[in-house]
Amino acid sequence: MSSSDRIIPFPTRRRLLESAGALGVMAAVLPAWAEGFVDLDLPGGPGRRALTTAFPQKGSMILQRTRPPLLETPFEVFDRGVFTPNDQFFVRWHWAVIPNSVDVATFELAVHGHVNQPLSLPLAELLAMPRVELAAVNQCSGNSRGLFQPRVPGGQWRNGAMGNARWTGVRLRDVLDRAGVKAGAVAVRFNGLDEPVVDGAPDFMKSLDIEHARDGEVMLAYEMNGEQLPLLNGFPLRLIVPGWFSTYWVKMLNDIEVLNAPDENYWMKTAYRIPDTPHASVKPGETGFKTVPINRMGPRSFFTNLTDAATVKPGAALPVRGIAFGGDAGVAQVELSVDSGQSWRKTTLGRDQGTYGFRQWNAEVTAPSSGMLALAVRCTNSKGEVQPAEPNWNGGGFARNVIERLALKVA
Amino acid sequence: MAWSMRGIGCGVVIAAALVAALGQGRAAPAPTVAAGGGVTLRSVEIDLPDSDRLFPGGNEADAINNNCLACHSTGMVLNQPKLSRADWQAEVDKMRTVYRAPVAVEDVPAIVDYLAKLRTGK
Repeated sequence: MSSSDRIIPFPTRRRLLESAGALGVMAAVLPAWAEGFVDLDLPGGPGRRALTTAFPQKGSMILQRTRPPLLETPFEVFDRGVFTPNDQFFVRWHWAVIPNSVDVATFELAVHGHVNQPLSLPLAELLAMPRVELAAVNQCSGNSRGLFQPRVPGGQWRNGAMGNARWTGVRLRDVLDRAGVKAGAVAVRFNGLDEPVVDGAPDFMKSLDIEHARDGEVMLAYEMNGEQLPLLNGFPLRLIVPGWFSTYWVKMLNDIEVLNAPDENYWMKTAYRIPDTPHASVKPGETGFKTVPINRMGPRSFFTNLTDAATVKPGAALPVRGIAFGGDAGVAQVELSVDSGQSWRKTTLGRDQGTYGFRQWNAEVTAPSSGMLALAVRCTNSKGEVQPAEPNWNGGGFARNVIERLALKVA
Repeated sequence: MAWSMRGIGCGVVIAAALVAALGQGRAAPAPTVAAGGGVTLRSVEIDLPDSDRLFPGGNEADAINNNCLACHSTGMVLNQPKLSRADWQAEVDKMRTVYRAPVAVEDVPAIVDYLAKLRTGK
């Protein structure tokens, strides 16, 4: 493309912004869409983000990027219960061409490829199929990327690129069985209605091995917490892959292709790869390691009623609580430490509302008479996997699940 | 995590004027539905907000403003930590070669210069 025909967007808006800046107008007032600001306190910065209510069907969200949208859940939402409200569920899109309308009367899901009978399934047919429901955490591969040290490029989330919902829909296996998977199928690829802005750029698609796709837990959800999905969370149909990172949870799912060869598409072969090492961890600068597509999640636990550097009263009885999830297994136990992780005590777990969902944990500690209170929390899942004491590191900023710590001041 | 609700003093950095196109009175017919098994889904039509925020910096930002805003708004870029010039070069190269961004090749050095000098602050 020559310099004479390159894209020059928004020239008039630019002048507007510059003149407004010169007058100090923008600096003096909150923009109409911003409710305030949050400091994500990322190491080395910048951590300042606007809170926005400008997105349709969404409440107050941390604005990471407007187009395509990246919206983080304000962390205090996680203290209100184990199910994340739809209107504050995090949002992450790769490409800016997102349909702004979906007609549910004409929408169809295509199932094709290495099958006996290609299908075009209207939503009404999916609604008439046997229904399943499960709670599952949807967590971005790069959740908490902004806490990596050394820092890495990518969406600079703190811990709010995750959420838990009760998903209602149909088993992927049942849909595949209607089409009849042929012998020799090895993978199933999923595509949604979103598209790249530029022709020739790789359409966002993800795939699962055929055994995983047919495990009876992977599902197509048309409801989330008892309501249809917000458009930005994938309306009208979203793939749910319990225990796996959100990159596989394809939004606005309208195309399922059964493959008889491994998926070589960019989003499997090149992007979203992690080191094939314990905790997907390597040394900064390290090269030559094998990589695999990102996959299952590990256990995590968080404090939700206290924040780092908060001040507590000497000798006070202090309720401490939070949420945990086991990754691709249930939560076996959540333990709290009041001595920087030298010793651990069990916490009380809230009701189990699903293997793959959030579980609340509760404890009470007594603040010392002076100094600091160094809290840490760790989750062990039902496979016996426990959160690591040291943070992992990889260049993609993926799969962080280190033990969370808080240092409270006693005064 | 420290919360700030003061909301002032960040100037252009926070002056993204989102165009919230909600509630613009289009006389909408009742949405079509798909129903079965006691669940009714209703068609949805929304307008997504856009950002008209530009990369700050005057002439030095011309190359990035002219080449990069077609595919994405500024936010995620301005939220990046301090990254090396090599990291930024790799990002711009990825945008061009993998994501097929129509970035004029002669503008690449100016874009990378801008990004490598980005002062991200707190």
